[in-house]
Amino acid sequence: MKLKKGVNIIDQHDKFGFYCNGKFGGNFVAETARKPIEDLSKLFEKLRKSKKFLKKRDFYFKHYLGGETPFFKLNNLTKYLGGAQIWCKDVSAINGDAHKAYHATVNALICKESGKKFIAGDTGAGMFGKNLALAAKEMKLSAKIFMGTKDISRQAPNVKFMREAGAEVVPVDSGSKTLVDAVSECMRHYVSNCDTTHLAVGSAIGANIFLKICAWSTSQISRELKRQLIREFGEIPKLKLINVIGGGSSALGFWNEFIDYDKKHVELIGVEAKYAAPLATNAKVAILHGAAQYCLVDKEGQIAETHSLSAGLDYPGSSPLHGLLKDTKRARYTLASDKEALNAFKLVSKLENLRPSLEPAHAWSECIRIAPKLNKTDVIVVNNCGKGYKDKKIYIENIGYYPK
Amino acid sequence: MKNSIDNIFKEAKNQNRPALISYTVCGDNNKENSLNILNSISENIDIAEWGIAHNCPTADGKEIQNSSYRALTNGIKLKNIFQMVKKYKKNKFSKPIILMGYYQMIFNYGEVKFIKKCKEVGVDGLIVVDLSYPDNKNFARLCKKNSICFVQLIAPTTSKQRMKEILKVSDSMVYMISMISTTGSALKVTTRKIMENYKIVKKISPYKNVVIGFGITEKTIGKLKSADGLVVGSAICKEITRSLNNRQNPVTNVSRLVKNLKKKTI
Ligand SMILES: Cc1ncc(COP(=O)(O)O)c(C=O)c1O
Repeated sequence: MKLKKGVNIIDQHDKFGFYCNGKFGGNFVAETARKPIEDLSKLFEKLRKSKKFLKKRDFYFKHYLGGETPFFKLNNLTKYLGGAQIWCKDVSAINGDAHKAYHATVNALICKESGKKFIAGDTGAGMFGKNLALAAKEMKLSAKIFMGTKDISRQAPNVKFMREAGAEVVPVDSGSKTLVDAVSECMRHYVSNCDTTHLAVGSAIGANIFLKICAWSTSQISRELKRQLIREFGEIPKLKLINVIGGGSSALGFWNEFIDYDKKHVELIGVEAKYAAPLATNAKVAILHGAAQYCLVDKEGQIAETHSLSAGLDYPGSSPLHGLLKDTKRARYTLASDKEALNAFKLVSKLENLRPSLEPAHAWSECIRIAPKLNKTDVIVVNNCGKGYKDKKIYIENIGYYPK
Repeated sequence: MKNSIDNIFKEAKNQNRPALISYTVCGDNNKENSLNILNSISENIDIAEWGIAHNCPTADGKEIQNSSYRALTNGIKLKNIFQMVKKYKKNKFSKPIILMGYYQMIFNYGEVKFIKKCKEVGVDGLIVVDLSYPDNKNFARLCKKNSICFVQLIAPTTSKQRMKEILKVSDSMVYMISMISTTGSALKVTTRKIMENYKIVKKISPYKNVVIGFGITEKTIGKLKSADGLVVGSAICKEITRSLNNRQNPVTNVSRLVKNLKKKTI
């Protein structure tokens, strides 16, 4: 299997929505949802070619989400680690505090275009939920956010945002009470209400159209980064792009524009949570939430329980697009433990004026691991994709403090 | 006898009533009881659907989720399900059995191996909730090759064009979903509306056996009895839950419920 050059990775599927010769993706959904999904696919293909819609998207990205997020060198961390140059693409500076703002906003825009007045989404860390709630408010849509009860309690600050924005937070108390159950419940809600409700899936997962909308939206990150790199270096230098992976929406957005580069030129490194790492641990392919993907399962094929201190990473599956990037060896996947992520937070927040949430702390951990072994001409860019305020309590419980 | 499912529909038609189809989750509330339930209702049903429990059921409502959860908690495995089907089919009074589940369970076991095993133990039909047309073409072909009835689904959202395509390739039995819903919520459309949809399907394919399911209870079953077949699932699962909560025997309670359902179809 080879990646096609010059074709956006999200479009490298066959007519049934499968990537990699049928190995990943597809549309494993109930008959009831087929027609709404088909309608949504047609609408999306039309909108992404529409100048008017693109203008609207860019307007919202600029004026509602605050425009280009910063890109800067971390001098202290670079000096401390004594190897590669370390740069930060600080996506957490966006209005909305995480990359989830992009696909939440685009989904609300699409919902508006479809004429539907209700929007439903899942959330783990609460970042997608919060952004969807805010976008729904902005666009006068009624939002339902599905969230596991374990996550409602560990990510309470974001739940408050959602409720204040007027969204209904639907607690999901089944199974492990985390993201996997929230996505299932949200999809069930969609099956029952697909005639009136737009489904906004929180990561680059789900049936074909949902992962496409998500990765298309977050790819704004790499469009900006490319410009910023050329501004700083006059060219695309030898790069390592490090990104955390839960479902994989942030990484796909961070990498999208760089996939055609040779991996010796631009290396893509994904970091999963240690006990929720289907890509880094050679998990089996399984069907979860409408698509075939690398996924943690037990011997019987039941979806396995995961563990991560980070609610956004506590998910057994992975985007079908990451399956494709793994099988074609375009990206490399590794993992970080809770402890390593916490240590990374400690170091980064001590040396730099950054407060990453637990999710990007996993990416920082890999950066800290490899930077000392590299040299000055190597450029590492870490996607600092989420703000730490939501994890303040967890940080205090685990390391004893949360820096000012 | 091509496939005993066909004969069952003929017989019900001769008696001027719809075929009554039960849905329970295999292993609910435990292996022994679920087999006892099936044995005890067999005289009043025409076809038995047995659910394969999965822990990420994206198209099931609360009642069937509860049943699946109980079955999984009590350790149900595919291996057990096959053994139990085999045991059930040994009974003289047994009815055709259709296994219903999510594609992940089949995919994980291996499609070909799964269908072979179904044939070996006597499974008559299969419903795969999340393997819809046209993605199910290959699987449907495999079923046909092994004389297993692959039951396609049609929903209220299915366009007429798509309906025609599905009916053209479908086996003799087709499942019509009554409303836009997961399994197991109250009927949110009128029975008249459901029968209108039913007639559209029958007009396209007069000779296919079209069964209606989702949300059918003792209250509504009578009004739908002109259909070829009616599936009752969540109402039965709910009765199991109710029995367990009241420390009553689910076998006798479900048996009584099914007897009443049958009465209302005559
Ligand atoms: C800041 C942040 N990063 C990463 C993730 C993981 O999701 P994904 O891999 O889809 O970006 C989340 C999920 O909530 C998140 O909030």
